[in-house]
Amino acid sequence: MTLTLPVMITNKPLPGARRPDDAGARGFARLLPPVPLFALQPLLGHIVRTVARRHPELIARLGDNCKKRFLIDPYNLPFFLLLQPDPDRPQLRAHTRGQDVEHDVHISGTLVTLLRMIDGQSDSDALFFNRDLAVTGDTEAVVALRNALDNMDATLADDVAACFGPLSRPVRGVIDLTLKFASQKP
Amino acid sequence: MTQLFKPELVCPAGTPAGLRTAVDAGADAVYCGFQGPTNARNFPGLNFTLAEMADAVTYAHDGGAKVLAAINSFPTAGRTEIWKKAIDDAVSIGIDAVIIADIGMAGYMSRNHPAQRIHLSVQAGASSPEAINFYCRNFDIKRVVLPRILTVAEIKKVHDEIGCEIEAFVFGNIGMMAEGRCALTNYVTGQSTNMDGVCSPASHVHYEEDEDRNLKTKLGEFTIDCIACGENAGYPTICKGRYNAGHKQEYYAFEEPVSLNLTRLLPDLMRAGVTALKIEGRQRSRAYVKAVVSAFRQAVDAYSRGDEPDISNLLALTEGHRETQGAFRSKTWR
Ligand code: SF4
Repeated sequence: MTLTLPVMITNKPLPGARRPDDAGARGFARLLPPVPLFALQPLLGHIVRTVARRHPELIARLGDNCKKRFLIDPYNLPFFLLLQPDPDRPQLRAHTRGQDVEHDVHISGTLVTLLRMIDGQSDSDALFFNRDLAVTGDTEAVVALRNALDNMDATLADDVAACFGPLSRPVRGVIDLTLKFASQKP
Repeated sequence: MTQLFKPELVCPAGTPAGLRTAVDAGADAVYCGFQGPTNARNFPGLNFTLAEMADAVTYAHDGGAKVLAAINSFPTAGRTEIWKKAIDDAVSIGIDAVIIADIGMAGYMSRNHPAQRIHLSVQAGASSPEAINFYCRNFDIKRVVLPRILTVAEIKKVHDEIGCEIEAFVFGNIGMMAEGRCALTNYVTGQSTNMDGVCSPASHVHYEEDEDRNLKTKLGEFTIDCIACGENAGYPTICKGRYNAGHKQEYYAFEEPVSLNLTRLLPDLMRAGVTALKIEGRQRSRAYVKAVVSAFRQAVDAYSRGDEPDISNLLALTEGHRETQGAFRSKTWR
C-alpha cells in the first residue's frame, strides 16, 4: 500500500533555455500551420474527452491520480499542454510559454521524445536514465500515468490521430514522418 | 558449438498489455502480480485485477506460454488474509505456478492447494542446498529462483545437490542488499520493500531539476543523488545513491546504477543445469519487454541449436547505460 502526499502546487516558471533541440521537432513545426492557441483548444478538448470515453481502463489505473494536473512540456515548441484526465471533467489545454499555470506534475522532453513515449516506441525508464525525459512534482501521479498509458493496446498517438476524423491518416502520417526523421538525425 | 538444453525464458509483465507483448515476443512463461501489497512491485497503475489475471492466463495458454503469479512479499500479523486470498484467487484461475517467498504462505499453499506448483521466490533468499532442500521436503517446491549472489560455478554445485529446478536472473535491475531482507527503504519512508511490496515508493520520490539540467533525487527528506547535466540517471533507490562518506565524496556506497546482462554467460548457465532464465522488469514498459524478450529469445534459440548468436546490444535499456555480470562471473564484481 502506498501513501499519498498532499497535492503539490507549483508556480515556478517553466525551464525553457539550455535544452537540447531535435531535428524532428523542427521538421514537425515546419509542417504545422501557424494556428493560434485559441483555435487549438476545441480540438484538444475533443481529444481528451474521446480518449477518456474510449479508455475507462486507463482512468481506472490512474485511480485518484486522474484528478492531478499534468503539465506536458515539449520544450522546443512555443506552447505546452495541461492535462487533467478527470473522467467527470477531462481537460487538455494549450498555454503559451511563459504563462504561470498551477500543476502537480511537470513532464518535459523534446516533442519527439514525448511522441515516442505516447506511441509506445520507447521505454520511459530508458528515456529517464538517458536524461531525455525530465519529471518533477508528484512522482506517484506520473508513475500511474506512465503505467496506465503503457497498458493501452492501441497507442495514445493512434487515438489522438483518430480524433482528426477524415484527417486521421494524414495526421498519423505526420507523426510517423516526424519520428522517422528524428531517428535518422540523432 | 555443441547443442545445449533449451531453458525456459521467464519474462516480466506489469500490465495485461505487457503480458500480451511478452507472449507475442516469445516468452515461455510470464510472471506478474495482483494489485496491492502481495508482490514486490506494488507501484501505482501497475499489476493485475483478478479478472485481468484470468484473461491473461487464457491469452498466455492460447499462445503456448505459462503464467506465474508473483505472491512474493511477506505478510505481517493481522494481514495474512490478503496473501491467502491472492493465493486462492491465483489457483482458482488456473495459474501455472505461484511464486512464494514467505515460509508461512508456502505452508498454506502446500496444505490447501497440494496439487499447485510452487516456485520459491528470490525474495526467500535460499542459496544453500540445505535451505533449498528444506523447502523441497516440507512444501514440495518445484523450482527455486536463486539470489543474485552466486557464481555460475556455485550454481552448478547447488544444482547437483538439490531436488528441484533452478531459475536464474539474466537481465535487469540488481540491488543486492540481501535479497528479501533489505530494509533501506523502510528506514527512510516507513514502507517496506518486503512487506508492502515497494522499494522507494513513488509517493516519497521527488526530482528537482535546475536551469542547468542538474538533477537532484530525493527520497522522503533525504537527497540520495545529484546528477550533473548530461550524466545518466538510475533508479531512485537508496542502494544506487551517491553519498558523502568520511573517506570519499559523492560515493556509490552500496551499488552503482547498472543493470545485469548475462547474454555472454548464457551457455555457461545452460551447462550448469539452469532450467529457466528470468528477465527482471515488471515496472518497465512494453517497449522494454518487447526488445529484451525478443533479444533473449533469439540468443537462447541460437545457443540451443549450437549456433553463436548475434547478441544484440541491450545497453540502451540498461540503468545508467551500464551493464554488469554481477556476482555470476566473480564475487568481487564491484
Ligand atoms: S534499496 Fe536497493 S537493494 Fe534494497 S530493496 Fe531497494 S532496490 Fe533492492
